[in-house]
Formats: sequence, C-alpha cells, structure tokens
Amino acid sequence: MKQTIGELGIELSSDSKMDLKLTRNSESFHNPNSSNYNLNSFNQAPQYFPNLSPTNFLSRAENLQQNLKTKSTNTFEPNLNSGMATQNPPLDWDPHAMLSNLSFLEQKIHEVQSLVQSIIEQQAEFSSRPSELATRQQLATADLTCIIIQLISTAGSLLPSIKNTLLSNNPALRQLVNPDFNNNLKCEGLMRNFPETAKNSEYEDLLRNLDNEADWMKEPNPPPESDIVDTNPIDEHDLKESDDGDAEREHLPPGSYIVLQLEKEEILAPHTHFCVICGKGFKRDANLRMHMRGHGDEYKTPAALAKPSKEPGSDAHPVTRYSCPFVGCKRNKEHKKFQPLKTILCVKNHYKRSHCDKSYTCSRCHAKKFSVIADLKTHEKHCGRDKWQCSCGTTFSRKDKLFGHVALFQGHTPALPMDEVKASGSGQGNDEMTEDLGGYNGNFASEECLTGMDVKGIDESRAYFSPMNFDGFGALDEFGRGGFDLEDNPFAFIPSGFGQRSGDS
Amino acid sequence: MEMETREKKRIRVEANTEPSESPFEALSEEILFLILDLLDSNPLDKKSFSLVSRSFFAVESRHRRSLTPLRPELLPFVLSRYNSISHLNLTLCPYLSDASLSSIALLLGPSLRSINLSGSRSFSHRGIECLANKCFNLEEIDVSNGVELTDEAAAAIGRMSKVERVRMRRCKKVTDLGIGCIAVGCPNLKLLCLKGCVGVTDLGVALIAVKCRKLRSLDVSFTMITKKCLPAIAQLPNLQDLCMTGCLGINDKALVTLKQGFKSLQALDMSNCQNITQASVSSTLHKYPSLHFLNLSYCCPVNSMLSGLHGVLKLNSIKLDGCHVSADGLKSLANSCISLKELSLSKCSGVSDEAISVIVAKHKDLVKLDVTCCRYITDLTLAAITSSGASLVSLSMESCTKVTCEGFRLIGRHCPKLEELNLTDTDLDDEGLKSLAQCRNLTSLKIGICLKITDEGLIQIGRSCPHLQELDLYRSIGITDKGVSEIALGCSNLETICMSYCTSISDESLKCLSNCARLNTLEIRGCSLVSSVGISAIAARCCNLSKLDIKKCYEIDDAAMLSLAQFSHNLRQINLSYCSVTDVGVLALASISCLQVVTMLHLSGMSADGLAAALLMCSRLMKVKLHVSFKPFVSPVLIDRLESRGCLFQWLNKPFQVQLESSEVWKQQSHDIFVE
Repeated sequence: MKQTIGELGIELSSDSKMDLKLTRNSESFHNPNSSNYNLNSFNQAPQYFPNLSPTNFLSRAENLQQNLKTKSTNTFEPNLNSGMATQNPPLDWDPHAMLSNLSFLEQKIHEVQSLVQSIIEQQAEFSSRPSELATRQQLATADLTCIIIQLISTAGSLLPSIKNTLLSNNPALRQLVNPDFNNNLKCEGLMRNFPETAKNSEYEDLLRNLDNEADWMKEPNPPPESDIVDTNPIDEHDLKESDDGDAEREHLPPGSYIVLQLEKEEILAPHTHFCVICGKGFKRDANLRMHMRGHGDEYKTPAALAKPSKEPGSDAHPVTRYSCPFVGCKRNKEHKKFQPLKTILCVKNHYKRSHCDKSYTCSRCHAKKFSVIADLKTHEKHCGRDKWQCSCGTTFSRKDKLFGHVALFQGHTPALPMDEVKASGSGQGNDEMTEDLGGYNGNFASEECLTGMDVKGIDESRAYFSPMNFDGFGALDEFGRGGFDLEDNPFAFIPSGFGQRSGDS
Repeated sequence: MEMETREKKRIRVEANTEPSESPFEALSEEILFLILDLLDSNPLDKKSFSLVSRSFFAVESRHRRSLTPLRPELLPFVLSRYNSISHLNLTLCPYLSDASLSSIALLLGPSLRSINLSGSRSFSHRGIECLANKCFNLEEIDVSNGVELTDEAAAAIGRMSKVERVRMRRCKKVTDLGIGCIAVGCPNLKLLCLKGCVGVTDLGVALIAVKCRKLRSLDVSFTMITKKCLPAIAQLPNLQDLCMTGCLGINDKALVTLKQGFKSLQALDMSNCQNITQASVSSTLHKYPSLHFLNLSYCCPVNSMLSGLHGVLKLNSIKLDGCHVSADGLKSLANSCISLKELSLSKCSGVSDEAISVIVAKHKDLVKLDVTCCRYITDLTLAAITSSGASLVSLSMESCTKVTCEGFRLIGRHCPKLEELNLTDTDLDDEGLKSLAQCRNLTSLKIGICLKITDEGLIQIGRSCPHLQELDLYRSIGITDKGVSEIALGCSNLETICMSYCTSISDESLKCLSNCARLNTLEIRGCSLVSSVGISAIAARCCNLSKLDIKKCYEIDDAAMLSLAQFSHNLRQINLSYCSVTDVGVLALASISCLQVVTMLHLSGMSADGLAAALLMCSRLMKVKLHVSFKPFVSPVLIDRLESRGCLFQWLNKPFQVQLESSEVWKQQSHDIFVE
C-alpha cells in the first residue's frame, strides 16, 4: 500500500500524456491552490453518475471516497482496487474525520491565498524591504507544506495499514485528524516535529515526488492542453508572473492562469454547492453554509460560517479561469483567441446562452425566448413596457438604444407612441378624406367670397370639417380596435400600420 | 415705373373705345412677365397692372410666385387664381385650420416650395400631413411658435423628403422622436432651427447630425443639449452656422473633451451659455479654423480668451456684449485678430479709450462698431477712430455721455461712409448735428433723448442726407415743425419716424411728412398739439402706413379714425390710448381689414357696446390691449370666439395719467437710476 501511493505520485509526475479526467483527479488531490474544493470533487461526479439528481446526491465524503476508488479502479490498479473494494468494508475509516480534514484544508488554502494576495498587493513596499518579503515567503511555504502533509494524511487515512502505522507513531498527525485543529502555531509545531518522526520515509518520498512534479511544471514546454494546476503556487515562477503581471485580469498572459474546463453535464447541473451530509444542492456557497448549521454544532463555528475568502479585494481566483467545453467557441481553450471565463457562473450562463436551446418563453409577449431563467425574469420585468419602438417593429426599453439603432440602419425611423399613432389613424384614409374636403372647400370658399360673410362662412366650414375629420377617425379607430385582439398582443397591428405609412412615402 | 402707369392709363382709354383691338393684347406673355419682374418693389403696382385687362389679369396670376395672404378663409379662392405660387407666407393668418392647410395642399400641390406657418395657430399635424402628401416639392417649412404641435407634426415634416429648411422655434411639445423622424426622412436638410424646443435632447440632435450630412445651419438655442451630441455635430462636413445661445448644458467639459474641431464652421454663437468659462473657450479656439463670426455675449469674462484668437485666422466679426473685458484683453484681441470688420462691445464693462484706440489702429477694415453704454468712452476714442483711417459704416454709441461736440465733429468730418448712427442719450447738440450732416450716406439716424438739439441742426440733416430712412427723435424736445418739415422735404425715402414726446410738434409737421410716400411707421406719442387734421393728411397720402402710435394725442378724435379707415388699408398696428375717440371712431377703425394689433386704454368716449361691436367686426385681430375695467362688460362668448381665432386679449390695469412728465426730469431720473 505504501508503494501504491509512491507509485501514484511517480506516475503522476512522469506520465506527461495523462487522460484529462485523470489530471483532474490528480488536481483535486494535489492542488493546494484549488480553492473551490467542492467544485473539484463535484466535477467528477457526473462522469460516473450521469443520472444523479441533486436530491439523492451522495454525501461529500462518500463522493470523495468513490472518486478515489474509481480513480484507482479505472486507471491504475484495477486488480488491487477490486481487491480493496472487497477486502475493506466501506466504513473502515471515519468519514467525519475526513470531512473535517478537508474543511481544514480548504481553510488553509484560503489562508495561503490571501497571504499570496497580500504579497502581490504590497509588491511596491517589498521592493524597499526585501526581508519582509522573505518572511512572508517562508510563511507561505510553511503553510503549503502543512497543506501537503494534511493532504497526504487524509489520503492515507483511506488506506488502513498506513493510517494505523502513521497515527500510532506520529502524534502530530493524529492531531491533524482532529476536526478542531486549525491553528497555525500547531501547524508549525507539526512542521518542526515532522523530521523527527521515525517513519517519515514515505512522506519524504512523496514530498520529493511532489517537488519533482513542481519541477516538471516549470519545464519550458509543458503539455499545452494540460489542465494541471501548479502544485506549488508560491514558487519563484509565480511571483515573477505577478511581478510583471500588473496587466488587467482580462489580459492575463496565457499560462499565467489555470484553465478549468467543466463538462457539458456539469455545467447544466442546476446547483454547484452540495451538502456533504444530506446532498441538498445550493446555488450559493453562503446558502450551503447556512444550511450546514442545521447539521450540527460543529458547523456553527465562525470559521465554518466565514466566507471562504476573507478579503473582499482579494479577487478569490486571481489565477483561475474557465473554458467552455464547446469546441470552436471563443471561450473554448482550443480557440486561437481564447478568452477565458472568469467564474463558474459565467461558464454556466455563457454555455446556456450560447450553446443551448432557448427553452424559456416570455409569457407576456410569447416572442422572446431565453435559455437562462434569470434573463427571462429580467425581461419579464420590462416586457410590454418597451415604449421605444422603431418603424421596423423592434422595441427598446431605452430611448438611447432606439436612437442608436435608428442611427445605424438606413431608413429606420423612430415610431411614435401608440396613442398618437392610433389618434392619427391610417395615413391613407386621412389623405382621401382631406382630398374630398379640399375639393369641396374650393367651391365653398368661392361662394363664401361672393356672399362676403366671412364670419359665418368660416364657422360653417369648421362645422363641416369637424365631424369628418375627428368623429370619422374616431369611428375608424374603434373599428380598428375591434379588428385586432389588443388584449392578446398589444403590438399586433403596429407593423401593418407602419407598412401603410412607408407605402405612402 | 412712370412709363408703366402712363401706358396703363392709355390702355384704359383705348380699352374703352376699342375693346377688341387693344394693342396690348398683342404683347406676348414673356414681355409681360419681364415687366412684372420689374414691378416687385411695390405691391400696389401689380394690383393696378392686373386691372388693365383680362389677359393682364391672367398673366399677373400666372406670374406671381409668392403670396402673403391676410384672410385664410379666402385662401381657396385666392389660390385658385394664383395656382403657381411657390412661396406662401401665412404669418398674417393667426387662425389657420387643418382644413385650410388641406385646401392649400390640394390647390398648390407640387408647385409649393416654401410655406411659413410661424404666425399661425389652430392647425395640427393633420394639416402638415396633407402638405406632406400633396406638396412633395416643398423645400422650406416654418412651423415656429407651434407650441401645440406634437411629434406627429414633426413626423409629418419627416415625410417631406425634399425639404431643406425646417424652422420649428418654440415647438415645445416636440421631442427626440419627432426630430428623429425628421432626421431620417429629410436627408437633404440644410437648415434646422430648434430654438426653444425644450423637449429635444442630445439623442435627437445627434441623430440629426448622423443622418443629415448636408446640414449647413443648425440652431439649438435654449435646448437641453449637453456635450454628448457635440461630437456628432462636429462630424458634419458642411456645417457653417451653429447657434447654441442659452444652452446651459454646454459647459467647459463639453468644449474641452471634444476631440475634433468644427472644420467648416463659420459662425458660432455661444451667447448666454453661462456654464462656460474663458479658459475652455481659449483653449479650444483652434478647433474652429474657418470661423468668421463669434458671439460670446453674456457668456463669461473674456479677457484671457482674447489672446487665443490668433489661431482663428478668418475671424472678422466678434460680439462680446455684456462681457467684462479689460483694456489688456482688448489689446490682445487687437493683436491676435488679423482682420476685424465688426466688433460689438455693447454693455461691456471696462471698455476704455485706450483699448478702442489700439483696436482701431490695428484694424483699419473695421466697418461696424458697437460701444453702446460704454460710459467711459470719450472724444479720444472718436479721435482714434477717425485718425486711423477706418471707414465705419455703422456706429452705435448710445448713452456714451462723455463724448462731446468735438467728438461728433470728428465723426462728421472723417466718416463719410457712415450709414447707421446711434447717438441716443448722448450730449449731442446742434453743432455736432451740423457736423454729422456731412455723412451724406446716412440711412438710419437715432438721436433720441438729445435734449440739446434744435431745428437748426435738424434742418442741416434734412438738407444733406437724402437717403435717410429711419429717424428717431424720441424726447428730443427742442425739435419743432420747422425742422421736421425740412426733413420731410429733404428725405423723401423716410420710412420710419419717431417724434414721441416732442411736444412742440403740430399738424404742420404731419402735413409735411405726408410727402414721404414710403412712410410706414409713425410714432407721435404725447404730441398733444397734433389733431385729426394731421393724421388725416398722413392717412390720405401715406398709403403704406402700417404702424401708428398716437397715444396721449388728446386732440385726435373720430375724424382721424374715419380718414384712416378710408385710406390706410395697410394699417396693422395702432395705439390710440387717451385719444378723444368715441365708438364711431373705433367702429371705423375696425373696418380696416389688415388691423392686427390694437391698444385702446383710457378712451373716454368708448363704451362697452361700441367695443363689442368693433371686436365683432374686426375678425383679423391678433392682439388687443384693453383696460381691465372693460372686461366685465364684454361678452365672454365674443371673447372666446375671437380667442379661438387666434386673437390674444391683454387686460391691463394702468392708472389714468394725463399729465406728461417733462423730458428733462425724465432724463435726469433715468441717469439717476444708472448711478445707483
């Protein structure tokens, strides 16, 4: 079993053409920089449980266990693993302890992250005080080592023989298993204790392997499609990157950030945060954390409830970007002008908007369709209130958008609001009517001239015109209203009205 | 002209004797058209021409291109006679219904090129739609003051695809949507006036700039535009004239952030833009390389800006009215401008002799100078002007009280080209006036409130200024009949004369003035010696009289009104407050069909019934000022009826005041106010 772990590490470092899934497994296993642990563990789930629904989702601990099992089953040592599955009963190890270990890891990673962030932010100051930078670096290295040890011990806990030997011989590691253990000082104590432990050869091997892997990562030509994460983010390389990298996040140099690519199924899964105990899914981590309180007192600690990244300005993922799984898309990492997506939410919205059917139809206008339900809700807030309309029938919620549209296209005219259009009636009818009236008016006026009764004449003419001009149109208007079902579709007759107008001119 | 009339007389004689063989029947239409082309100056000549014969009548009908009708209800008849009218000015028809517009559209159709509806109310977008449908050659439309016109009306204008000039001042209900329709529908637009269209914002103006690339003149005064539309306007390749008076949304940022300049702009008016400062103006002046005219009146202090003008090589006309300028600023203006032709410093504080001297020394081409109310100006300025060799054509120095007789003498001696001179409220005396008589080209002379001048000087003017058209003698109390009669003899082209409060004026003056056949404006307010005899003489011989002010001429009675009613068919505006006119006179006046504006306050002899009868007769009235005491006695139905036709009633509550204040006291009072 010890050998297995060693082999695993060696294999990871040596095999440069790793299967994508495998890399992700290794990443979830090794990457201390991966802040969203939930995500990483979740990433694998749909591949193996495609029909999994959030309600009966496995607990996080089981999930992890499954991952580890399947990983070894599918890739490395099928025989050994099948033997393991039969030999070891599933509850040979304590899932609660495992969970607490993972939570600790998560927090630790965040700590390191904020530390690195602070180093980046205070670069200028450090240039004048190099000693302080060195201290910080040491601190980060210490934290990272702690994380690695924790990781290994967590993984080791799955292997009974190691666990037993380790825990029995190393009090520091036993301490690590304790869920309340999250103290830096203790961790440093661990670091000091570590070399003194009698049976640390396996860990030294592992660490060496990890170092090798880091060296491999620093090689000039890393595998281009690699999703692999830097296992050691606080190395010289990274610091340099951030030194000349005051470039904006949009223009991160390729390679300076980690590209994660979720599969289609993962993206379309409705939730991203799952309760490890009951499997309930949440859209936001904060909601999950609040939910976790219901599962027991241990989740009510300030640390458990705290936001994963404590510094608001720390931009939780300075070096993590996402790729769209749709090949050919500009957001896909294969694309020449690849533009990564910033957050997992961006991935989801982008994928749904760009590569999915628009299945949500607006219940008001029955015309607009959306693939993201939030878009639909936003639209429904304004639907029917698009008062800015173009002669082509397009409506806009904002006047400047309409004018931008009109400026862009030849022959498009701003349309006047509904009531005015209705009042004027159709242009054609108006013309004919006035033509008749005008003809009559000519005769009439000359008669009036002869009689010389100005006052009376003009009054009569007004009386004559008014019913035709106004009442007549009123009737026409009513007719129009009866003809079209306004209730159903308020814009139904606009295009026809405009057709007539353009026909006139 | 005289030949024409003689010919016509002969025609009449011959027509009576031998109607069938009139030699004028043989004249071809082309020849008659040529004759008519020469008759354009006086409308009455054409009328008599058309009365010669049937064929002359027909030819005149076909020849006429522009028409300014007075009675909208006669329009169908008039237009069926003049069916090739291309320019229709309806400003004298305050009530114009949609039906009238539709009949105009039908009768004139494609021949109509230009229509002016700026003085009319009561029509709506329907009428304009009729024009848009029938008159598809329309190039110019003016719907100014259509405060009730909506976007629909603008959309109707937008359907006139050939329209080039659109004026819509004060169309307050028109918004960006309407303007957008015009922008899209009128690609040939060259002139657009949106002055006071408060509903228009950046979006509409920017769209105009995007769509109407031929635009040459744009007036966006008193609108809510901001810097957002300026880049689009700057893109217009042919824009020459931009007026942004009173645009409070235009500030320094708008000018400074504008990346490109107005390459073709020749005239820029930013008067009353109170949110811009001289710093931004001076730093952006280089963006207007073709500028000829710049107006920064009532804008900001301009001292430091003036030195930046050297970048604007073509600038030759500047208006800085009401700005604070210093002597240094004006000196730098003199140095930075290459050729200044017109300079207006009216009401500028800080204008001094020294500054003006520097300017006139540098700019010998200066033609027009306005230093109204620059009170520190003395004879030194005039000495500098006259010695520099500048040949001023127009000089305005109202209320420059420090200028003395010596200065006026210099003007008279050295400014022979002077045509317009305003010396109102100065220290002018007879000696100065005599010197000014050497300016033989004077057409406009304003010497009101010059209490020292007498007939002696005026006689000299009358003898030597034959081209005088406008004379203002307001409160110049030294003037008597003798001087005025000399003016009337010498200046036969006189069109406008004001002798208000010249209390020595009597009927004799008016009798003499009746020789000036072109007289159209006569103001003799407070000339209590004038009686009906004088007015009758004017009425009988000055048939162009259109504006008459006889307030407080107590001697004038019904006789004057009767003769006005008989002869003055062109009378448009009259003020007869305090006159001894009774119901008879008012009714007689009401029979003048042109009459539009009447002021009748404190008419002792007028009764409410007489007023009502007169109002009933006067169907063309646009504005009536009456004492508020009459209001209860006039039927509201009648008032409603008149108001619905576009008449505006003003009920004033001025106290009855017979006694005239002496002009000396009045002038002293006005000066006291200034000192305070």
